Amino acid sequence: MSAPTAPAVPRADSLDDDGPAPRVRPFSRTNLVQTLLAGYVPLVVAVLVVFLPLLWMVLSSFKQPGEIVTLDLQVLPKSLDPENYRIATTTVPFGQFFLNSTVVTVVGSGIKVLLAILTAYALVFVRFPGKKLIFVLILVALMVPAQVSILPNYILIAGMGGKNTLWGIILPGLGTAFGTFLLRQHFLTLPASIMEAAEIDGAGHWRRLWQVAAPVSLPSIATVALVTVVSEWNEYIWPLIITDKPESMTLPVGLTLLQNSEGNGAGWGIMMAGAVLVILPILVVFAMLQRYIVAGLTQGSVTG
Amino acid sequence: MQPAPPPAPTPPAARPRWSARSRRDFIVFLALALPNLVLIGTFTYLPLLNNIYYSTLNWTLGSASATVVGLENYVRFFTSADAPKVLGTTAIFTVTTVGGSMVLGLLVAVALNSRVRGTTFARAAVFAPYVLSGVGVGLVWLFIFDPGYGVLSWLLRGLGQQSPQWINNPELSLVMVIIVYVWKNLGYCAVVFLAGLQSLPKDVMEAAALDGAGSFRRFRSISVPLLSPTTFFLLITTMLSSLQAFDLIRIMTPLGSGTSTLIYEAYLQAFGAYNRAGYSAAISVVLFAILLVITVLQLRFVERKVHYS
Repeated sequence: MSAPTAPAVPRADSLDDDGPAPRVRPFSRTNLVQTLLAGYVPLVVAVLVVFLPLLWMVLSSFKQPGEIVTLDLQVLPKSLDPENYRIATTTVPFGQFFLNSTVVTVVGSGIKVLLAILTAYALVFVRFPGKKLIFVLILVALMVPAQVSILPNYILIAGMGGKNTLWGIILPGLGTAFGTFLLRQHFLTLPASIMEAAEIDGAGHWRRLWQVAAPVSLPSIATVALVTVVSEWNEYIWPLIITDKPESMTLPVGLTLLQNSEGNGAGWGIMMAGAVLVILPILVVFAMLQRYIVAGLTQGSVTG
Repeated sequence: MQPAPPPAPTPPAARPRWSARSRRDFIVFLALALPNLVLIGTFTYLPLLNNIYYSTLNWTLGSASATVVGLENYVRFFTSADAPKVLGTTAIFTVTTVGGSMVLGLLVAVALNSRVRGTTFARAAVFAPYVLSGVGVGLVWLFIFDPGYGVLSWLLRGLGQQSPQWINNPELSLVMVIIVYVWKNLGYCAVVFLAGLQSLPKDVMEAAALDGAGSFRRFRSISVPLLSPTTFFLLITTMLSSLQAFDLIRIMTPLGSGTSTLIYEAYLQAFGAYNRAGYSAAISVVLFAILLVITVLQLRFVERKVHYS
């Protein structure tokens, strides 16, 4: 499978070799070449396939129309003049989009994480008849696709006057099955003794939650929080449907406006600037905290 | 304070007393869990029922009146030219994206599993597209595919080829969206497969190697069969997300046509040009029925193998 293991194995099948069986030394030329070919080349290719399009986005975001609308490919922009960023942020109310996205992400994820902690604690540590059934209902909700609920939710929220409002964007997504599920699984692993010790000390549920269960679960809470932040920021279909006025649009929805206003080839630079602005915040968060995010999305990931 | 209970391992030991304490626990539970449960009920479960109800209506979105037409929306969908087209597009999109991201994901996972430096970085890098905004990613790739000024058209010109009309040709627009979707999602498959590969028993591998099995043989005869739980898990999860793919399709092909999968067709019918709420709801119910079948399969599997292992 991997290059270093393969040559290290004595060649049992090399009976037809006349010469002395080649002893494999770690720095021999064949071994080095094999390591490079089997180990590094696929990795480098995979990383390039991911990075080149993103690099192209960044480079193009600094190009003037003349550098894009040309038959000779211009790889590097002539200057790092942020003209496209200026245009992207002034032709559409970009500051407003950014603010809306930030509010939706911060408030939405804040409440979701809080609800997840409370529900998970209740499911694990508070006695209640029918807890199992409630958990199953949450597990099933985890698998009900939000996409098939958009029309009924649109009718419900629009009927409540939530069209073109931030609360209308936030509210339907607040119930959290994913966070509840992940934190419940974590709380189950906490040793019963620490909760009992706190109980004997006279701590009620509220104090046991915030002074015992939550502090020792910070990595799991961080995982839930990060995954929630990422999905709130990227959320597209619901804000797209519930807003049609620029004042209440989030960044991904507002970018569509940019796309509509720039139809010809000359607009690509501006659109790439817009793409950088929506992608970069999450890319930075991911680069810093990828361990938590990858773990959260792959462990309990039953939805996407 | 009550007398300290004996150090029982689980709370049920104290059951006999349906006491003040039990009642207090009842209230505490509701106080903690109810807000979340009400939200989930209102915005996850209720819409499922409403969708079924709306699907029986002849109703223009925004109009105050609607007439009950029973199953007419379903009949219309399944007897029109829409059904084979939309179901076919959904099937093609799902099969190719699931197959593409799983096969490529497995190859990348094998590469990541090699003992060379830099795999931690590479693992994060290939996973990155999965967390990026579908809107941003769609715009970037739309530019790359642009028949006039995209990098791809430049590369093709270098090979003496004309760039195909990726955006205007319905079949090609589907191919384009599939490629980008696979690019965005294969990192997820790679990381899950990698975890599977790393949990394979090393002694079996070594024994096979001693017996003279080459690395490809070991991969095919040991890794692949032993990975089948991981493969099944990924098959289900990627199928569910492919069936719900929206962001890329909407950004790259705003008008649909070649890329009208069930979810996109449901969106276009209700929120596109026609405002056909009832018809859209019927398509959503069809999609939900398909997702339900897959979910039931998954639930049975997940219960046993994935979450509680």
